[in-house]
Amino acid sequence: MNRAALGALLAHWRRHPLQLLTLVVGLALATGLWTGVQAINAQARLDYAEAAATLGQDDLPRIEGDLTLADFATLRRAGWPVTPVLDGTPLGMRARVLGIDPFTAPQNGATPDLTDTADLTAFLDGRLVFAAEGTAVPETLPEVRRLPDIAPGLVVADILAAQAILGTEQIDRMLILPEARDDLPPLADLLPGARRVEPEAGGEIGRLTDSFHLNLTAFGLLAFAVGLFIVHAAIGLAFEQRRPLFRTLRALGLPASRLTLLLAAELVAFTLIGGALGIVLGYGMAALLLPNVAATLSGLYGASVAGGLTLAPTWWLSGFAMAGIGLAVAGGQSLWQLARLPVLAPAMPRAWARARLGTLYRQGVGGLVLLAAAVLVAVFGTGLVAGFVCLGALLLGAALLLPPILSAVLALGARRAKGALTQWLWADTQQQLPGLSLALMALLLALAANVGVGTMVGSFRATFTGWLDQRLAAELYVRATDEAQATELRAFLDGRVDAILPIVGTETSLEGAPGDLYGQPDHSTFRENWPLLDSVPEVWDRLATGEGALINEQLARRTGNWSGAEVDLGAGERREVLGVYSDYGNPRGQAILTLDAFHAAVPDVPETRFALRVAPAEVPALAEAISARFDLPAEGLVDQASLKGFSLDIFEQTFAVTAALNVLTLLVAGFALWASLTTLGTMRLPQVAPVWALGLTRRGLALADLARALILAAFTAVLAIPTGVALAWVLLAVVNVQAFGWRLPLLADPGGWAVLSLWAVVAAALAAALPVWRLWRMPPAQLVQVFAHER
Amino acid sequence: MNARILLLALFLPVAALAQGFAGLGQETEGFTLPDPDRDLTFPVDHGAHPDFRTEWWYVTAALTGADGRDYGVQWTLFRSSLAPGGPQVWMAHLGVTTPDAHVSGERLGHDETGQAGVSVAPFEAWLDDWHLVSDDDGIGDLRLEARTAEAGYELTLRAEGPIVLHGENGYSVKSASGQASRYYSQPFYTVTGTLHLPSGPVEVTGQGWLDREWSSQFLEADQAGWDWFSLHFEDGARLMAFVLRGDEPFRYASWIAPDGTTTPYYGNALSAEPMGVAEVEGRDVPVRWRLRLPQRGLDVTVAAVNAQSWQDTLFPYWEGPVRAEGSHPGRGYLEMTGYE
Repeated sequence: MNRAALGALLAHWRRHPLQLLTLVVGLALATGLWTGVQAINAQARLDYAEAAATLGQDDLPRIEGDLTLADFATLRRAGWPVTPVLDGTPLGMRARVLGIDPFTAPQNGATPDLTDTADLTAFLDGRLVFAAEGTAVPETLPEVRRLPDIAPGLVVADILAAQAILGTEQIDRMLILPEARDDLPPLADLLPGARRVEPEAGGEIGRLTDSFHLNLTAFGLLAFAVGLFIVHAAIGLAFEQRRPLFRTLRALGLPASRLTLLLAAELVAFTLIGGALGIVLGYGMAALLLPNVAATLSGLYGASVAGGLTLAPTWWLSGFAMAGIGLAVAGGQSLWQLARLPVLAPAMPRAWARARLGTLYRQGVGGLVLLAAAVLVAVFGTGLVAGFVCLGALLLGAALLLPPILSAVLALGARRAKGALTQWLWADTQQQLPGLSLALMALLLALAANVGVGTMVGSFRATFTGWLDQRLAAELYVRATDEAQATELRAFLDGRVDAILPIVGTETSLEGAPGDLYGQPDHSTFRENWPLLDSVPEVWDRLATGEGALINEQLARRTGNWSGAEVDLGAGERREVLGVYSDYGNPRGQAILTLDAFHAAVPDVPETRFALRVAPAEVPALAEAISARFDLPAEGLVDQASLKGFSLDIFEQTFAVTAALNVLTLLVAGFALWASLTTLGTMRLPQVAPVWALGLTRRGLALADLARALILAAFTAVLAIPTGVALAWVLLAVVNVQAFGWRLPLLADPGGWAVLSLWAVVAAALAAALPVWRLWRMPPAQLVQVFAHER
Repeated sequence: MNARILLLALFLPVAALAQGFAGLGQETEGFTLPDPDRDLTFPVDHGAHPDFRTEWWYVTAALTGADGRDYGVQWTLFRSSLAPGGPQVWMAHLGVTTPDAHVSGERLGHDETGQAGVSVAPFEAWLDDWHLVSDDDGIGDLRLEARTAEAGYELTLRAEGPIVLHGENGYSVKSASGQASRYYSQPFYTVTGTLHLPSGPVEVTGQGWLDREWSSQFLEADQAGWDWFSLHFEDGARLMAFVLRGDEPFRYASWIAPDGTTTPYYGNALSAEPMGVAEVEGRDVPVRWRLRLPQRGLDVTVAAVNAQSWQDTLFPYWEGPVRAEGSHPGRGYLEMTGYE
């Protein structure tokens, strides 16, 4: 009996292959987007650990100072287990060159495979370097071998080759490997100028990368929710359509419990099939997006993530779990109803019954409550999680409010309508609304996410580029190795440039947390360009007299000290805050004094860094002259154009992932709409047939359907825009501040929103095309049958 | 996989061949080949020969502790040239053996970073803080220091006899088809110093041996490994003997009289039979041998002080102190490679 019953149940899917496809694809998409995001997150976290163990940029103690390979040999010959690292960006090049020593570098991670003698020889000879696929490497560098395990933007070379590429005799630092003995001769005796630096606790970096991952997770959840709308619609429909079958089966003696069990088994089977497909999909997506994520993380936060993906059980199991949960949520309600269904309950589809005022009312109240909650959390909440709770409440609230609002608009339209046909059109649209509302909610969410994220990215881009122009006002930045070279450099530059602006800085404790203190001269470069968010009157004049300090936005937000307040600059130095400047991309607190005040506060910091003002056309020649004349350290000479280009590249990569997820979400929403329209198209024949019988042509009916879909999509898009703007505001003013410590102005982008609305309408048109075409071409006999089959 | 495995393949060509690296850079083109007509000259030949593919400075010492127990010490600095005129890479091995424990260690380096190298005047061979150093350009008085986190040593080596040349004038043939190396030893060291063991320091005395060998030629493809003996007999004589295990074993022995007079013996003059195996790291390794050199009336049983003297380096091998009993009682060192 089981077999016969199961056969009867499954026959439904054979007769409705499109519905089956909808269900499986919907589930696969939902699971896929979720697992994809999880895979990216899991991989990135795994890589942090590996990267920390290999290059030890964050986790290993290191030795810093004015170092050469001779110092490395000195320490090694004294028993110190150190490995040298040179890390720099050659002039005019965007990739970072990382010099390592393959013999002493930790062997458990990103060290390239040198098992081939020819490769090892070439690597040591400087004829071979390694980089990730897609990292732009200039032709001036030797042969490049592409490796997936290297973070994008990084070129790995032998330490000697890296010195040649960067034109330096120095090394940046030595990492102290864990096997250090405890009876080593003291560092101070071996290298008096060098210092040991303990790894930072990684709190800031950890927090920043966490926020990035939380961001991705939120996106994954959103995509999953949108996917679930599809699954819910498909499952609900399948149950509704099979009601007559259930009744027949029950009447033939199949117990309700057995029927429920069979249907539950069916759900489990769908979970496995849809989940497996989704995981494959997610893996593909993650593999595609991971290089961008890696670039973002290394560029923005300096965290190393390899571009390769490994199959970790955590995320594919979570994929199945999510698929299961999704199906349980989507199908549970139907199962529950089925279990309680009287044997001979009317087997009428509930297309009509769904349009209950009560549901709309409840949705409306629920939506309003959620929106109110979002506002409360935005106002009173603190922390990143509050930011995301606010986002969630906002989106869900808006989605829930959509059907009541659309219903009200349609009701208004119906009341205003003149003529039977128009009235029917409005009324029929309203009648379809319940069946479409889930798909429309999905569309709303996708559109709102697009508007919100697009606005955020646009605002960020505009602010960031403007800020870069301001902050990088000088044309050339140069750093000498020591004071003697700095003096020589100044003498050399005197007369060749319009201005030499020394920049001095030191690490200090700002309001009790690690930060940087800088000194800069009073110059129009700063007066005219420095981006101040908040300042006291005559800020530059007062600063020039040696009073007060400027602090960055991060420090101001963290401590709540804005202009006029006092700030603790460490070592008992308290100063008035004269102004607050924006400082994107830097997690640490920062304060700026005049040069004299800085030297008075922190003695013995030599002036070795200079910002040079020079006519832009003369920059290349001057840069060449400086590097030919002076033996500068790696990154000792940076021109403004390269620096800006590099920063903007990082920025674009940062949001490439977001943009890709945006498009995917919109696709899923479009698919949901298509699925709903297609199934509704068959379900609502009983409503269409009478109108056809009254004389309306199939063409007219089809076009009316198309118009309806477009109108609904357009209304949804109109509602999505304010939702999206609210989302952007939460992202910029709440999430950003919590995650990064800076707030960005919201810049409206009406053109972009209009384009997006157009896309929504196009998506609706595409989604409606097939059902409309079907109606148009429907054999009249099928329409006539409706009357014959009327129950 | 990483660079180290490859380096090992280069440094231990026999082992490498046995490991299936056959065909890996067998050509010697561009490298200098050993020349039987060239006399070795010192101190220059104590230094590195970068025109040759591979080279080593190999110290072993069979020691007795103040506690009366047997100890053994090994220290090796390998040099390998990756290509003719190309980068020189260096590897150092350390071994410390007690009757019930064995500690091994390994370091890698590149001479262009200054991390490793050999200087002639004064003589010093070093990698990191592991070094074999003299106050002058000779190798008569040496200090040897090396240690890992677990164990190490500080030893003084004083030569009480001359340097000896193996084969013909220091030209040591390694196969029937003529592969060869330059090979000399200083087998007359008296050693004193301190071992640093996990249990604490131990003062030791004993006898040491320095091997110097360089070549550009790989061994025959069928040669799967070697068994190498260096023995100090109580009557003052020394023996260096090796068997290269191949389709046809290649045998050689240098009989070193107490005054340093060295007589080479080839082929069947030497017989070396395994007498007993021990399971070491999952392999059967012959840790007990019968060595015979009838022309010198030698018939001894050579047995490991510690059967588990396993050098747990990236490419592992067996190397440890031995005792000889029979016609010529004595002590020495045994190295065995290529046991799978």
